[in-house]
Amino acid sequence: MRLMKHALFWPILTLALLIALNAAVNPGFLAIAWRDGHLYGNLIDILNRAAPLALVATGMTLVIAARGLDISVGAVVAIAAATAAVLIGGSLNLSGVESASEHPLWLAIAAALGVALACGLWNGVLVVGAGMQPIIATLILMVAGRGVAQLITGGQIITIYYPPYSYLGNGYLAGLPFAAVLAATVILATALLLARTPLGLYVRAIGINPVAARIAGVRARPITLALYGFCGLLAGVAGLIVSANVRSADANNAGQLMELDAILAVTLGGTALTGGKFSLAGTALGALIIQTLTSTIYSLGVPPEVNLVFKAALIFIVMLLQSAEFRASLLKIARRGEA
Amino acid sequence: MGAQAPGAPLLAARGISHAYAGKLALDGVDFVLRAGEVHALMGQNGAGKSTLIKVLTGAETLQAGDITLGGQRITPTSTLDAQRLGISTVYQEVNLCPNLSVAENIFAGRQPYKSWTRGGGIDWRALNARASEVLESLDVDIDVKRELGSYSVAIQQMVAIARAIDISARVLILDEPTSSLDNDEVEQLFAALRRLRANGMGILFVTHFLDQVYAVCDRITVLRNGKLVGEYAAADLGHGALVAAMVGRGADVATPAPRSTVEAQAAAPESVLAARGLARRGAVSQVDFEIRRGEILGLAGLLGSGRTEVARLLFGLDRADAGTLRVQGDDVSFRDPAQAIDRGLGFCPEERKTEGIVEDLSIRDNIALTLQARQGLWRKLPAARVRELTDKLSRLLDIRAPDLDGTIGTLSGGNQQKCVIARALATEPCVLILDEPTRGIDVAGKTEIMNQLVELARAGLSIVFISAEIEELLRVSTRIVVMRDRVQVGTLERGCSEDDIYAMIAAAPAAASTSAAAPAAASASAAASANAGAPPGGAAS
Amino acid sequence: MNVASPPMKARATRLRGLDRRLVPLAGTLALFLALVIFGAASYDAFLAPQVFLNLAIDNAFLCIVAIGMTFVILTGGIDLSVGSVLALTTMVAATLVERAHWSPWVVMPLVVAGGALFGAAQGFLIHRYRLQPFIVTLAGMFVARGVCYLIDTESIPINDPTFVSLAQLRIPVGGDNSLSSGAVVAIVTVLFAAWLAHATRFGRTVYAIGGNAKSAALMGLPVGATLVRVYAFSGACAALAGLVMSIYMLSGYSLHAVGLELDAIAAVVIGGTLLTGGVGYVAGTVVGVLILGVIQTLVIFNGTLSSWWTRIVIGVLLFVFCVAQRFIERGAAARADKRA
Repeated sequence: MRLMKHALFWPILTLALLIALNAAVNPGFLAIAWRDGHLYGNLIDILNRAAPLALVATGMTLVIAARGLDISVGAVVAIAAATAAVLIGGSLNLSGVESASEHPLWLAIAAALGVALACGLWNGVLVVGAGMQPIIATLILMVAGRGVAQLITGGQIITIYYPPYSYLGNGYLAGLPFAAVLAATVILATALLLARTPLGLYVRAIGINPVAARIAGVRARPITLALYGFCGLLAGVAGLIVSANVRSADANNAGQLMELDAILAVTLGGTALTGGKFSLAGTALGALIIQTLTSTIYSLGVPPEVNLVFKAALIFIVMLLQSAEFRASLLKIARRGEA
Repeated sequence: MGAQAPGAPLLAARGISHAYAGKLALDGVDFVLRAGEVHALMGQNGAGKSTLIKVLTGAETLQAGDITLGGQRITPTSTLDAQRLGISTVYQEVNLCPNLSVAENIFAGRQPYKSWTRGGGIDWRALNARASEVLESLDVDIDVKRELGSYSVAIQQMVAIARAIDISARVLILDEPTSSLDNDEVEQLFAALRRLRANGMGILFVTHFLDQVYAVCDRITVLRNGKLVGEYAAADLGHGALVAAMVGRGADVATPAPRSTVEAQAAAPESVLAARGLARRGAVSQVDFEIRRGEILGLAGLLGSGRTEVARLLFGLDRADAGTLRVQGDDVSFRDPAQAIDRGLGFCPEERKTEGIVEDLSIRDNIALTLQARQGLWRKLPAARVRELTDKLSRLLDIRAPDLDGTIGTLSGGNQQKCVIARALATEPCVLILDEPTRGIDVAGKTEIMNQLVELARAGLSIVFISAEIEELLRVSTRIVVMRDRVQVGTLERGCSEDDIYAMIAAAPAAASTSAAAPAAASASAAASANAGAPPGGAAS
Repeated sequence: MNVASPPMKARATRLRGLDRRLVPLAGTLALFLALVIFGAASYDAFLAPQVFLNLAIDNAFLCIVAIGMTFVILTGGIDLSVGSVLALTTMVAATLVERAHWSPWVVMPLVVAGGALFGAAQGFLIHRYRLQPFIVTLAGMFVARGVCYLIDTESIPINDPTFVSLAQLRIPVGGDNSLSSGAVVAIVTVLFAAWLAHATRFGRTVYAIGGNAKSAALMGLPVGATLVRVYAFSGACAALAGLVMSIYMLSGYSLHAVGLELDAIAAVVIGGTLLTGGVGYVAGTVVGVLILGVIQTLVIFNGTLSSWWTRIVIGVLLFVFCVAQRFIERGAAARADKRA
């Protein structure tokens, strides 16, 4: 079946099945209403909550496509959130009047993104410059990053009393959640950048055959460095959304386990962990699948902790299917069955 | 180990044939290794040497023929199996663990244990003592408790040999053992081999270095194109005759004459590429040549003589330790191929699968890749331009593809090779470096490409051309640099003959008398039977 | 045979007197001494023996986990599931003892065997299907943690008398100082692991695989079986550490040991084991654990620094050691190049 061969077939099918399952159990699941000047419903909720993960996973996709890996993204989310929170601060005004931010909003956002970018570049320097294995290089920031975030917040969970900021996480633009719009815009812009410039070609070439790419004149080192920086930057945007959403920056929990979810989203979307071909659309779908999975488990009345087991099962399945040895074993069993 | 009477056949293979995916790599080869002898196995690329070794050591399953060891038929199913039967192999990369001690490497997997009364566990004292003993029998005196990686490759090889001895090998196969050794170390290795020979071991020695063959080997077996050329006593076979047997000279080359030959050109004044004293430790040394505009420089030499290493130095894939390189008069030092490309160089690597093509990309993307890379990070080549360029180049090189937008992995090897050449041509370089560009391409295709190269040279392109086929080099080169054993041994101008080239390669350094090329060649060509014009077998040797 | 030529002698290159493999360990020991000296100079109470014994008591479970992790990293792999397996063990032990009323002496070996089985399954998948250890153990981490939550999201207090007496057990070591049962278990594990690593073929094969897995296979070493056993050992260590923790905290809780695998990896790396495998010592890991413990102790003694400084210092140390490892690797590669 030609349809089955399409790269996005399995992610779309999985997502559709999950939504169908939800709709079967919860009749109101698919309902979308217009309330308080914006769209409202479970599906909208999923879009909103999937936004930060989709952003992080997008950055991760490119790094993985170039045969790299970044497990520090969760820590970078926390650091970015902490930076923004500290710069905005704000205090609760009991009369409910809008409080002022300690620093201009644009400065807080710029600083947070700048720090996130720096974190990404740091990872890139270790991988490209020092030649460290990516998992080891990014492990360092993963370990130290939360400590850094805690330092920035002074060990407190900083609450952000600043409505314009919380717009990032809770606001609506043209009826749709701003976070989702932001994520979609960034992902689309990235896809455009990769398609309109030769960068997409270079990333694929580096991932498929780094030796041949180098001989062909592709400047693999600066490109790889930039990819890590970009991954950090997107994690920073995710950090802004997350902290805006909960109106606080919790250095300990922000972005917890996000790197693992991101890798899962990337693999679900069809990008091979060994590098080469990648799919941004697939990754976005992967993020939606993970978020829908969480909703499904919740609506099924199953304890949310089961989420982890399902994710593990998904990872196992995808991982085994991507293994050539496993597919060979399956074929052997199938052939024996036929004989 | 002295159970076998010296001179008695120890390892005998009869009628060995082997095919990879339908292509015959070995055709009815006989091979006999006697106890107490050092036997060299020689042949060019595609001759079948490595296939024969793989079959003898069980790395490949025996397809046709039989193998006997000490009179008993064997069918080794894996290298481990062969090891247990008594056939040990020491490879060029010394397959040991550099982080373990010397003694441990010798005894890995077989460490002696202490009795429980003494505490159980590995008996390190006994292990170290026995390791020293074994190495002493090879005349090697080192601290066996140090990690293997801290010793030179020469010592590491000795340790590998020691392991083989201790596992009671009767046959020792050495695959290119001297590639990383200096002269003193080679001597010491040979001394060890002579000791082992005196003890009745049969040693199979695979090498490219002609001098070494004569220094230590008793007999020589030559393969060519998968067939046995002959087995000779080293004392009876002169250098020239050996080279002739390997390359099969004297047979008719039935290739069509090229459409145009390189005409004598008025010397173009502009020097495009000049190398002076270029050297890199462990790769090549004393490389000196100059190419002018429109000239074709051929690099001739036997397999392993260092030609690819020269190409890598020119293109910036490796850094030179000494010497200078000038492109169009300017001193350059490339740290990266991208720099070389910017400077007007183009390169077509030898190993197309691992270094040439980017497999999952389309044919068009592959061909346009270098030109695109030169554009930088932001400017994409317009699709129309890419289409036009790739169409033009694929017509030029006659690339047979059903759809240029399909993945390059679907093309045959020869067509893939043409894509890599096309990619290099796309940037319109001033110097094009081609490492075995015609390998894997059929005869007609080869001629096409050669003609194309000549045309391009006429139009002003300078070319550095490496090929295992001397006739090709002779046909198109303005000048030929001859390499041998990693050193440049001379330069010949156009008008020289194959004889001259082989004489230069075969000339033993000290012996002045070996202009043995002429008389020995005549007798050797009688022995040469196969048609040298046929394309080499599928598997590389 | 040429009698006149002398035997092939060679001095091992580079550091005369110090085997190259000991260099990282030397660095680790130096660091530990430096920290101790700094602590002694800054705080009077620092050099009290009980301070150091407390290091053993408080870090017993980390030590045990790190020992298992050492073997995995020596083969060039990694095990991200250990923290979750530890937590799962505490849950299973607590459940079986408190709710099913099984005898603790049956439960204890049972959970350790369970941990070994879990690890072996991971090792099998890694070897048989050539999957990356990182992702297999990542999935394992999810599974174990998920099952934890399934059993119970709340903590299960342990009141079983055996456990309680083990928790209160203090083994005197001279003067007023004492060790807990957990610390003793850790010490025994360390000794056993050191014996495994240096006196058994299994241990030596672990080093061989880390040095060059391809060569190890060509030399006929049982690479597959050893890999499975290595991950089984790591799982067993995680489970054993889980027992120690359930005694220490007298509870089973799904949120135990979150992020412990990172601490274990840090301890192993700082302890001088190369992440690429093949080089490292059990003793080094122990010192690595002690270093982490001392840093924590120093932060506590200081009183003003937030405890999150520990994370940062560990991260910095990890960075320094990793970069140093890269230099060692590059030096080795350059030397190999020169010789080749």
